[in-house]
Amino acid sequence: MTDATTDTNDGMALAADGTPLKRRLAQALFRSKLRALGLVTPLLLLIFFAFLVPILVFLTRGIHNDTFEVHMPSVSVELGQWDTTSEPTEAMYAALAADLILAKETKTIGKVASRVNRELSGTRSLFTKSARKAKKLEAPFKESLVALNKKWGDIEVWKALTIASKSWTPAYLASAVDLKYNADGSFERKSEERRIHLKLFARTLEISVIVTVMGLLLGYPIAFLLSTLPARTSNLLLILVLLPFWTSLLVRTTAWIAMLQSQGVLNDLFVVFGLAADEDRFSLIYNKTGTLIAMTHILLPFMILPLYSVMKTIPPTYVRAAKSMGASDWTAFWRVYFPQSIPGIGAGGILVFILAISFYITPALVGGEDGTMISNFIDFHMRKSLNWSLAAAMGGVLLTIVLFLYYLYDKIVGIDNMKLG
Amino acid sequence: MIKSLLLGAAAGAIIASSAMAAEITVVSWGGAYTMSQVEAYHKPWIAKTGNTILSEDYSGGLAEVKSQVEAGNVTWDLVDVELSDAIRGCDEGLLEVIDPSILPAGADGTPALEDFLPGSITECAIPTIVWTTIFAYDTSKIANGPTTIGDFFDTSKFPGKRGMRKGPKSNLEMALAADGVAAADIYDVLGTPEGVDRAFAKLDTIKDDTVWWEAGAQPPQLLADGEVAMTTAYNGRIFNAVAAEDKPFAIVWDSQVYDLDLWVIPKGAPNKEAAMDFVAFSTATEQLAAQASYISYGPARKSSASLVGAYHTKPDLDMGPQMPTAPANFGTAIQNDFEFWADNQDELNERFNAWLAK
Repeated sequence: MTDATTDTNDGMALAADGTPLKRRLAQALFRSKLRALGLVTPLLLLIFFAFLVPILVFLTRGIHNDTFEVHMPSVSVELGQWDTTSEPTEAMYAALAADLILAKETKTIGKVASRVNRELSGTRSLFTKSARKAKKLEAPFKESLVALNKKWGDIEVWKALTIASKSWTPAYLASAVDLKYNADGSFERKSEERRIHLKLFARTLEISVIVTVMGLLLGYPIAFLLSTLPARTSNLLLILVLLPFWTSLLVRTTAWIAMLQSQGVLNDLFVVFGLAADEDRFSLIYNKTGTLIAMTHILLPFMILPLYSVMKTIPPTYVRAAKSMGASDWTAFWRVYFPQSIPGIGAGGILVFILAISFYITPALVGGEDGTMISNFIDFHMRKSLNWSLAAAMGGVLLTIVLFLYYLYDKIVGIDNMKLG
Repeated sequence: MIKSLLLGAAAGAIIASSAMAAEITVVSWGGAYTMSQVEAYHKPWIAKTGNTILSEDYSGGLAEVKSQVEAGNVTWDLVDVELSDAIRGCDEGLLEVIDPSILPAGADGTPALEDFLPGSITECAIPTIVWTTIFAYDTSKIANGPTTIGDFFDTSKFPGKRGMRKGPKSNLEMALAADGVAAADIYDVLGTPEGVDRAFAKLDTIKDDTVWWEAGAQPPQLLADGEVAMTTAYNGRIFNAVAAEDKPFAIVWDSQVYDLDLWVIPKGAPNKEAAMDFVAFSTATEQLAAQASYISYGPARKSSASLVGAYHTKPDLDMGPQMPTAPANFGTAIQNDFEFWADNQDELNERFNAWLAK
């Protein structure tokens, strides 16, 4: 740019109609870019509406839950003014009584009760039972509510209500990292026997790293072999790599159960060869070992294929040249061949790692208790406990971890230094 | 004149029946259980009404119902759920209210509300069966088998792995029963923090020897594979393995934890009327009794008990003693307290999961 402005007109290349060539080129490029954008618009729209928007909408559930505020409007207003330490006022009790009647009539009391029960266990029936009798309540509401159930006099219940009444809340994110969010806005660690998520995040990362490394150790020689064999043989072998790839994930996992269980094929062989006693067989499945073995096998093609496609492009002449100049086999491999295969390692590694970190069917089936991963708990809260907000918060934390690792990878290795084929 | 009237009536009937013909989607737990419902409920109802049924399987819980209702795109007409889910779904407004007056009286003339087990009919759900969680073992592998719940937790007396459902429900009850708590006091004890600690302490004694299962089809498989020496299971699954597959399994009924399965209709179901008709039809005395010929779950109507016959392929296998509610089996039974679980499941699930991961 600076060149163009300082140069005289004579120094600039001009197009046939007298406009600067640079501008003409930019115009032409812009038009072709626009055409290209037009072609990918349907895809972008699909990704935007069918992928990004639903994910973002769901992730906001992790920080936003308005069940209480919507269905118990008056008491929410009162709770907003409460200092969380003084005695609850008569106005708060009156608002609560009115809201209980409202929630009973609109059949939303169950939603409210579930919401508060997540903050303080045992309050579910307090709500559903009180709502059934709410119509009979009379002023002064404080006395009549406490007479109905003495738990209404407990300040802990009111603190739980205060937490639930805040629609925008960090409570779920806190819970996803084993913290407890208090009514006064402070955080504290959960009690020892309830801490679980941090451990699971750590285990998920550990399993993913091990699976990636094992995949690399197993996949690298195979990919090397495939890329050096004559086409006829290598195509045949490639089909063997792809065959499990075309088989259902569930079938492959179940096959591993048959192989690894204590009365399974592998253990039977161990017993036959005297490697294990019949009554003391190896526990190879329903634990972390099972998860690692099955996941490594299932993800292996994702490692082999990018490696293969990169190795295929490395000219064999380079290694021959190195050897002709006196390099040993190892030096020729390590100094000449290996550096050229790094883009394949990067691609395969990141592919396997990211797939592994969100794996859930296989750990669910063969993981037992110490081989399950964070996605199994997201699934648990989606399908079993119906605590979708916590599931969203955990998903958000997982996504953040993946994005952070991706950023680190880009800083250290460089994302351009990756080749998928 | 008379002839034309008759013709008109016949034509009217045809039009009416073709307008009535609906296809309802009935969702249940799959396997031998769905098969028993197809034989006892679906086929006779299809023959009677001319409607058709699309049978789907699911693995329990309210997640699908919740997402269908919240998205306003309900495709299920009828779902077979556990009691705690029926209560919860009703409280949360996910289910249609079912008027119990549509239910026919019992075969012996008892009004429906008195015929069903006490307290089993709720605002949105009509019960079909009593099912129970028991523990079972392989008689070909353990000669003098276990007889009490205490034996299940005693790995020095009966060595070998144990199978248990991956969740606190029914495991905590059984642990307390094994620790000497009487059936009637289980939930009082479990309602205190010390009681929960006590139950977990008992579970701790076999934690290292336990294989955790999730789907009802897994325990018979674990037993058959010799993966576990004994396992908790749903009684119908073990019975099915014994009756249909001739497996040498035996059930220990001590401290069984029983529960109900009920029909519920998701709010906004497309064929609500037909689904209601199916509910009334399938929970009649005869249908409930007929189902007991296919699977060993107890009918929810008292009047069905006397009609329960033999297993459908084995005329000499009387189903009566196989029922969880049979007097010989029912002595120490614990009724699953849905209210306790509705109140405490979030906390106990969390604690159980953390305990497992420890």
